[in-house]
Amino acid sequence: MTKKILVLLFILIPINVNALIEVDITRGNLNPLPLAVSPLSIDEKSRKDFEKILKKENIGSEISNIVEKNLRTSGLFNPLDKKAFLQAPDIANLKPRFEDWNLIKAQALITGKVNYVDDKLRVEFRLWDVLAAKEMMALAFTTVPNNWRRVGHIISDKVYERLTGEKGYFDTRIIYVSEEGPKTQRIKKLAIMDQDGANNKFLTLGNELVLTPRFNPASQMVTYLSYFKNMPRVYLLDIETGTQEVVGDFPGMTFAPRFSPDGKKIIMSFAKDGKSDIYTMDLENRIVEKITNHPSIDTSPSYSPDGKYITFNSDRSGYQQIYVMKNDGSDVKRISFGNGLYGTPVWSPRGDLIAFTKLHKGKFYIGVMRTDGSGERLLTENYYQEAPSWSPNGRVLIFYRETKTNSKGEGFSAKLWSIDLTGYNERQIKTPTDASDPSWSSLLSN
Amino acid sequence: MRLNKIFKNTLLVLAACLVLSACATKKEVATDIQGQMQGDVYTGTDTVEYLADGVPDRVFFATNESILTTASRETLRAQAAWLRKNPNINVVLEGHADERGTREYNLALGERRANAAKDYLMTYGISSDRISVLSYGKERPVDSGSNPLAWSKNRRSVTVKAN
Repeated sequence: MTKKILVLLFILIPINVNALIEVDITRGNLNPLPLAVSPLSIDEKSRKDFEKILKKENIGSEISNIVEKNLRTSGLFNPLDKKAFLQAPDIANLKPRFEDWNLIKAQALITGKVNYVDDKLRVEFRLWDVLAAKEMMALAFTTVPNNWRRVGHIISDKVYERLTGEKGYFDTRIIYVSEEGPKTQRIKKLAIMDQDGANNKFLTLGNELVLTPRFNPASQMVTYLSYFKNMPRVYLLDIETGTQEVVGDFPGMTFAPRFSPDGKKIIMSFAKDGKSDIYTMDLENRIVEKITNHPSIDTSPSYSPDGKYITFNSDRSGYQQIYVMKNDGSDVKRISFGNGLYGTPVWSPRGDLIAFTKLHKGKFYIGVMRTDGSGERLLTENYYQEAPSWSPNGRVLIFYRETKTNSKGEGFSAKLWSIDLTGYNERQIKTPTDASDPSWSSLLSN
Repeated sequence: MRLNKIFKNTLLVLAACLVLSACATKKEVATDIQGQMQGDVYTGTDTVEYLADGVPDRVFFATNESILTTASRETLRAQAAWLRKNPNINVVLEGHADERGTREYNLALGERRANAAKDYLMTYGISSDRISVLSYGKERPVDSGSNPLAWSKNRRSVTVKAN
């Protein structure tokens, strides 16, 4: 895939140390911060050069549109209507007239400028605190013109980080399973897209069933389940080169793969004789270790971010429940004790929570609990939904939903959805086809 | 004392009556209108195909279960007899789950169901070399409905000729 990232990234002016505006992301989006994203200004010559290369009439506006959409989608910000802006982009970037921005109730302002320099795209942007009449941040990037969308995402991440105090999640990608065809004969392909749905690409042709792709948190590698030659096995795929290989040499189905946080191991289930146990394989020395040994179904393993613990689901109690153990398989403890069945536990990248799917009285829930099982909180209820995956900052969950069919068995669909950890800001992520099994990448830059 | 004993006996009889009537009503409720399910195990023949005359190709399971019912065991005995008569035929047991579970757990459950069928065929003299197991989890339903009857048809292990 095309990703020779950011050629340069340097700080123009040191970041202001005084804390100015702050957005509390733990509170939900009841009062999104009103802010103004002024279109990045562009001189006429640069505008024409980029129009030729990128087929975009005004790349400055296009980049600021990406920033605006990202910030709005986060649910924490309310980008104001550009028609109300009183100051022209180029002048605002030099020195905003804060009274004008205050008048339209903007509390923060983003300005900037785009240039075409030595065949490169050079972008500078500034974040201003309107009430304090101060600059909060100024940054500049130089990169190849084709990276213009990523520049928009990186600006969004920087603004998010400056205003919330936590890393953003906009310069990321989502790998998922694209679905087409009737419910009884679904054609499934691996697909990848930017977090905002742009740059969608299919990675497999649909000749064999593929399921549950997951990103390596440390690189652009993916692990997934493929039914190649009708043998369900865990595979490893390098999305830069397209090379893939089967993981390990198991005499039966391997499934439910995930990477360890350092990306050096794959953890997965191996099913044999009606039992499923959890195994790891070291990708460097190929050593396979058996982690659980129980006549039950042990599956859907996920590491804690420090790699010391593993959460998984097992039906050893008679029903599917969530457990936590040490990474060598010792000290197994059940943590889910609520009503219903619990599955697909995924450890938050922040380490404090485990997201899960719960099935109770014919409804499916996505929820979170602390790693000792306390503080269970259900975020969303539906006919069918499962398989949450965390945004790299641990603030948003992406998952998939399937619809109930009608009495003739028609009307089936599968879509990707996201919801904030707060339980607010639930939204569908548009995909060109039906979609399931999403996995969120880590931040591509920094 | 005597009174007490009579009272006890009456109670016992009453209790027995209650148990019996409870059973009777339960059975009635459990059999659905079209008579295609018992408990929540599919007993119909809509989706069943035949490996040979009188040899159904599939067995059905209760929700979250991999226990073989009496009817399933009968089907598998017929399959075993047919396999003994046709020693050159190998089979794949394809295990499936309904859509009301998480994908990964269902893959394991499909494998467990197919293995329950495999174990039974082996106790009737079929060599494990002739049987392979393949789980599809919830990926290949036969009925696309979102109702208990459709789900019961989808919870299955299907014996498929491999050669």
